[in-house]
Amino acid sequence: MNRVALKMLMGDRAKYIGIVFGITFASLLITQQMSIFVGIMARTFGSIADLSQPDVWVMDPKVAMIDDIKPLQSTQLYRVRGIEGVQWAVPLYRGLLKARLSNGAFQTCTVTGLDDTTLLGGPPEMLEGRLEDLRLTDSVIVDIAGAVGRLAKPPSEPGAPATPLKVGDTLEINDKRATVVGICRVQRTFQSQPVVYTTYSRAMSFAPRERKLLSFILVGLQPGAEAAAVCGRIHERTGLQAVTRDDFIWMTMNYFLRYTGIPINFGTAVLLGFFVGVAIAGMTFFNFTQDNLRQFGALKAMGTTNGTLLRMILLQSTMVGAIGYGMGVGAASLFGYLTRNSELAFRMPWQVLAISAGAVLLICVVSALLSIRKVITLEPAIVFKS
Amino acid sequence: MNTTTEFAVTCRNVTKSYGTGPDRVPALRGIDLEVAPGELLMLVGPSGCGKTTLISVIAGILDHDEGEVRVFGEDLKSARQNVRTRFRGRNVGFVFQAFNLLPALSALENVAVPLLILGLPRKEALERARATLEKVGLAERARALPAQLSGGQQQRVAIARALVHEPRLIVCDEPTSSLDHETGHKVMQIMRSVVLAQDRALVVVTHDARIFEFADRIAKMDDGRIQKVVSSGAEL
Repeated sequence: MNRVALKMLMGDRAKYIGIVFGITFASLLITQQMSIFVGIMARTFGSIADLSQPDVWVMDPKVAMIDDIKPLQSTQLYRVRGIEGVQWAVPLYRGLLKARLSNGAFQTCTVTGLDDTTLLGGPPEMLEGRLEDLRLTDSVIVDIAGAVGRLAKPPSEPGAPATPLKVGDTLEINDKRATVVGICRVQRTFQSQPVVYTTYSRAMSFAPRERKLLSFILVGLQPGAEAAAVCGRIHERTGLQAVTRDDFIWMTMNYFLRYTGIPINFGTAVLLGFFVGVAIAGMTFFNFTQDNLRQFGALKAMGTTNGTLLRMILLQSTMVGAIGYGMGVGAASLFGYLTRNSELAFRMPWQVLAISAGAVLLICVVSALLSIRKVITLEPAIVFKS
Repeated sequence: MNTTTEFAVTCRNVTKSYGTGPDRVPALRGIDLEVAPGELLMLVGPSGCGKTTLISVIAGILDHDEGEVRVFGEDLKSARQNVRTRFRGRNVGFVFQAFNLLPALSALENVAVPLLILGLPRKEALERARATLEKVGLAERARALPAQLSGGQQQRVAIARALVHEPRLIVCDEPTSSLDHETGHKVMQIMRSVVLAQDRALVVVTHDARIFEFADRIAKMDDGRIQKVVSSGAEL
């Protein structure tokens, strides 16, 4: 009877397409919006995820996320280095500074100052130049998105394309000369500012003069040392907040989830997709069943049990669900592929696909339930009514 | 007509009402009736006299209120719903006024449906369906969809569907009302020649006086009662 169920479903071409379209649209909307949401959330902690070397991040106790910088006294670095379980500890400067372009315009950049000796905390991928070149005079490394985008040299003629910043070019950061010695690739950040790497001491010279300038202390653990225990000791002895890399990622993400409207905005779109799916697919499927009640009645009269009818409806619902889900996810993937080089944040991990599948399954169950109730309670004597 | 004393259908003082309280409408008011194997019984009478209710009760798709209905000795009212459904699947064939063919299935697949319901493998079901379609003279239209068939052809497909699983009882509701005189006669000839073979019992509800000649007996109903039962050819 499975084949009969599928032929019944596909025989009514208009309704079949309507149901599949409803589920496709819902699946597309849910998957695409969740992927953008995940993409944006991933950008919030991109700067942390890029740094794989430190096991622990040490910061002011009031810091709530990566961009919430409350500088520390530089002497704190030495206190942290002396704590049991710490193999190494290096300073990291992070701040928003203005870069002056060749046409006189200013562009705010995220400047990251790395430990002069070890250069720990550098970019994850160098496209041009070497990280060690940061030891050259006035040197900086610029991320590729910034180099071809906001830091690119403005065109000399109106309408002409901007010239990407390249190795050897110079710019001014806070009135100090900086020479580009490398181009790197980093994860996009939430604020999408160009990212500039330099040494810690040079970053001090770029930054406006303040009493405290140390943003974070990056810590590597001794082999066998337990991260939680070391974090506890750092806090106990220095009063600073020490968290593992993963915890810092979650802290940052939680901040954005709690204090921005991002989850509500995207959650609303996802819910909308779900309800649109239920409304279109559910009602069309119900109408399909309603239109076929006489046929279901005839099958019932001819000896089809309620269990078989239930299986037939579930099969019909599963079939449109699977096709609609596949088409929706496919369309969302295509959207992500086509926008991969744009500013749009789009990330589709398997969890998004699983949640989207769950939502589509729920849509199909709701749709099927509406129909099942109608068919199970159907009096087969309906077939003799003209 | 078969004269065996064991009846295919026995109704004793059967009553059935619709609705409750002041809205209660009696449809059957004490029906006594027997149908023998190999017999074609026609139920005739004005609209609303209870004909369709009676065949629904006989076919086991509607519960009566009081009295006793036995189909091949089985009291379906006391059986569980699933048992009753399976009994219908094995023993009862249906021919409906509106044919009720599944529009997305070909004539052959429509005929095979009762066998698929009984759990036969698809291939075997289609083979038997093809043989049955041949009996009703429609083998060459096996692949046609119902919409591509004339009314008479659709009704012949419906007859083949009612026959294919070799039920012992076939109930027909106005089988010729959607057909012209000539086609109606052809359909009834098929009924008599094919359906009544192998001692099947056939109960036909009809308004169509032109087909009375095909009946063994005719039961005239009015106001929920059987007024009289006459042999074919006798004055109603």
